[in-house]
Amino acid sequence: MSADTETIDRFVAQEYKWGFYTDIEADTLPPGLDEDVVRHISTKKNEPEWLLEWRLKAFRHWETMKEPHWPQVKYDTIDYQAVSYYSSPGAKDKDRPKSLDEVDPKLLETYEKLGVPLHERERLAGVAVDAVFDSISVGTTHKEELAKHGVIFCSFSEAVQEYPELIKKYLGTVVPYTDNFFATLNSAVFSDGSFVYIPKGVRCPLELSTYFRINAAETGQFERTLIIADEGSHVSYLEGCTAPMRDENQLHAAVVELVALGDAEIKYSTVQNWYPGDEDGNGGIYNFVTKRGICKGARSKICWTQVETGSAITWKYPSVILRGDDSVGEFYSVALANLAQQADTGTKMIHLGKNTRSTVISKGISAGKGQNSYRGLVQMGKNATNARNYTQCDSLLIGSRCGAHTFPYIEVKNPSAQVEHEATTSKIGEDQIFYCNARGIETQDAVNMIVNGFCKEVFRELPMEFAMEAQALMDVSLEGSVG
Amino acid sequence: MVAPANNAVDRLLAALPKRGDGGARFAELGFPTTRDEDWRFTSVAPIAELEFTAATGDAAANLEASVFSEIDGPQLVFVNGHYSSELSDLDELPDGVEISNLAAAVFKPCEADDAFGALNAASFTDGARVCVAEGVCFKTPIRIYYLSTGGDGATANIRNHITLGPNSKATILESWTGADSAYFNNAITELSAGDNAHLEHVKFQNESPAAFHVAGLHATMGRDCRVAHHSIALGGRIARNNIRARLDGTGIEAMLNGLYLPHGKQLIDHHMVVDHLQPHCESHEYFNGILDDHARAVFHGRIHVHKGADKTDAKQTNKNLLLSDNATVNTKPQLEIYADDVKCTHGATIGQMNAEQIFYLRARGLDEDAAHRMIMHAFAGEIIARIGCEPAREELDRLVWDRLEDK
Repeated sequence: MSADTETIDRFVAQEYKWGFYTDIEADTLPPGLDEDVVRHISTKKNEPEWLLEWRLKAFRHWETMKEPHWPQVKYDTIDYQAVSYYSSPGAKDKDRPKSLDEVDPKLLETYEKLGVPLHERERLAGVAVDAVFDSISVGTTHKEELAKHGVIFCSFSEAVQEYPELIKKYLGTVVPYTDNFFATLNSAVFSDGSFVYIPKGVRCPLELSTYFRINAAETGQFERTLIIADEGSHVSYLEGCTAPMRDENQLHAAVVELVALGDAEIKYSTVQNWYPGDEDGNGGIYNFVTKRGICKGARSKICWTQVETGSAITWKYPSVILRGDDSVGEFYSVALANLAQQADTGTKMIHLGKNTRSTVISKGISAGKGQNSYRGLVQMGKNATNARNYTQCDSLLIGSRCGAHTFPYIEVKNPSAQVEHEATTSKIGEDQIFYCNARGIETQDAVNMIVNGFCKEVFRELPMEFAMEAQALMDVSLEGSVG
Repeated sequence: MVAPANNAVDRLLAALPKRGDGGARFAELGFPTTRDEDWRFTSVAPIAELEFTAATGDAAANLEASVFSEIDGPQLVFVNGHYSSELSDLDELPDGVEISNLAAAVFKPCEADDAFGALNAASFTDGARVCVAEGVCFKTPIRIYYLSTGGDGATANIRNHITLGPNSKATILESWTGADSAYFNNAITELSAGDNAHLEHVKFQNESPAAFHVAGLHATMGRDCRVAHHSIALGGRIARNNIRARLDGTGIEAMLNGLYLPHGKQLIDHHMVVDHLQPHCESHEYFNGILDDHARAVFHGRIHVHKGADKTDAKQTNKNLLLSDNATVNTKPQLEIYADDVKCTHGATIGQMNAEQIFYLRARGLDEDAAHRMIMHAFAGEIIARIGCEPAREELDRLVWDRLEDK
């Protein structure tokens, strides 16, 4: 191994830039979980009776479930009674701010510090942002502009009040409340999240984006996102996330459901940068997320792109159910496991319809003491005539204390289906570095260049602004590490 | 109330002879279910439903029409898991080569970590023992035949022990065949290859399509040794091969090469774990399958590169050809890597015949049927061609050809 301890040490010593804490008055439920907590959350949000019932059904089911331990990750047992399930910024008795002007300036400051300005004049051009702070959405920008096109983009709680028929129709249709341990927990206690509806034939004029921030201590964040693209519509959505640096682990169990009707296209991009903990594995976020989309109609398309650089543990498999004929599913992922991070991520492509196609490109980078696993399922159903899948998962190892693993599952029940899976694992070659050095490129730049080249296929899929951001994030995260 | 599975465990243990802990470990583990990750796609429920009896020797058994019969050299024959001295031929063994049945030797089985291994350890009746001493190069292939003549539920536990001393060389050809009934063979082969030993091990499994076959191969390898294991699997209603290879020395080259051709309602499952514990080793897994009718195939390959096993070169490929609408393949080519200076690749493909290849052949004057056959044979031939022992390779090539023409 050519990377000497010094460079590795420097690399490990990288500061987490988003680790500050905003001291703000908050209405936080005491830790613990029982039916009353579920009822309390529901009442707080002034939810209709049927939604409370749904939450309670989920909670009762959750009580019968066992925490799964099959992922390739290690962590101490989570005490679900020591977590607070609801925290909203602002004093207890205050009403929710009606507009951004009423929002606590401290909150706006926080988002500005994070590089997500919510003020009208400073907004990112061409991007509408929904900002979620702990359990609550603090504001959504560009609402009027979107309304002109009939696009609904608001917080989940708002959607429950204003578009209950849409929520009722689609909630839990992609990820049922019985789906898995963490999704069921989320179904019982989810607090907020984003809701998007794109009407028939509309191409959403702006990039939609949600910025998640965990701030309060000892809380879990349980957001729920639902995106519905009606026939012939198109939407590109991006989520970003950060959290303060803390010694204890915080739980983040989100659910994302995507529904694409006939000819619709959803592009969902994630830049996940939760606090990863320190090099000894203290602190950091447990990111246990269920993300799934369904291509319901013919010729629909769902594309997941994820750049996973944060979290102590990442455990998520954004999936696509390809039910409509000729529908397309794509998954592009860059997962970085540095410090003592553990990532067990991948995708599931369930082919049900004819001529369905899916592409999976996964790039895993392990450095420090990081453990990176790709776990994926490609399933060709009996009726998936002429379905096609191509999977490529590549791993790059930097340093000798990290690990890279691949666990693909391929199940084929139709002979006309074609499945290809390829995987490689390698380290940055000394000859590659030497080649760059010989041309006057410093070793650090050479490593960045090679890593960026390695990830290019995925970055290319991100919206322009975020591709730049992701690339910069990768450079920062890998500073000082020489392969 | 007693669960049916436990009931099956009791019935099985009651039917079989026992030693050591008397099958307590097996009783504790029970039959695996599809909830066990390692048995996710292979349900052993049809085995648990058998009316178990202990298989007994059969004096009327003969080796007529057996594979490898034109090859000269020592042969060991087991009928229903019992050694047959009449059919075996162990004359004129050179110095340093010991071949016998295992029951004659004092033998302590290794620890089992799975249910079928535990069952075998408690109840094995006999098996082959091959011991090649240091520096002995034994060129003649050693043939081992396992014949089953038992009826439905006849259960045989067979244990083989193969030891190659340092710098030795041997070729072993195994054949598994049986009468058409639902018998159950549960075999374990312990293989240990010393430093710089060379071994070629061919397993031709052509059990009755109604029979059940569960086999484990546990291989430990020393420095610089070369081991090639070829698994040609044609038979069995459920045939499961557990292959565990520990590469605990530097410079080892291990090859696991397999071909499975299930048809009808057969299920053929290969479950492999290759552990790389030392640097500078190579392991190659090549498995091809051609599936017809309602057949199912499972491939599980896991390469585990331990910390410090740098310069590992591990390759894993699994290719499947589906000939019918009802055939199913489940494949899991997995890599688990804890060292950074390694070259590991795996690949899996599943599909029907390539239309372009067929077009190419048809454009050269072959009819569609001939084109199909040619592609199929090439697909199977790729695996057969890796068998080093020439007479065995030619015969297996013929047999596989016949099997494919037969459909």
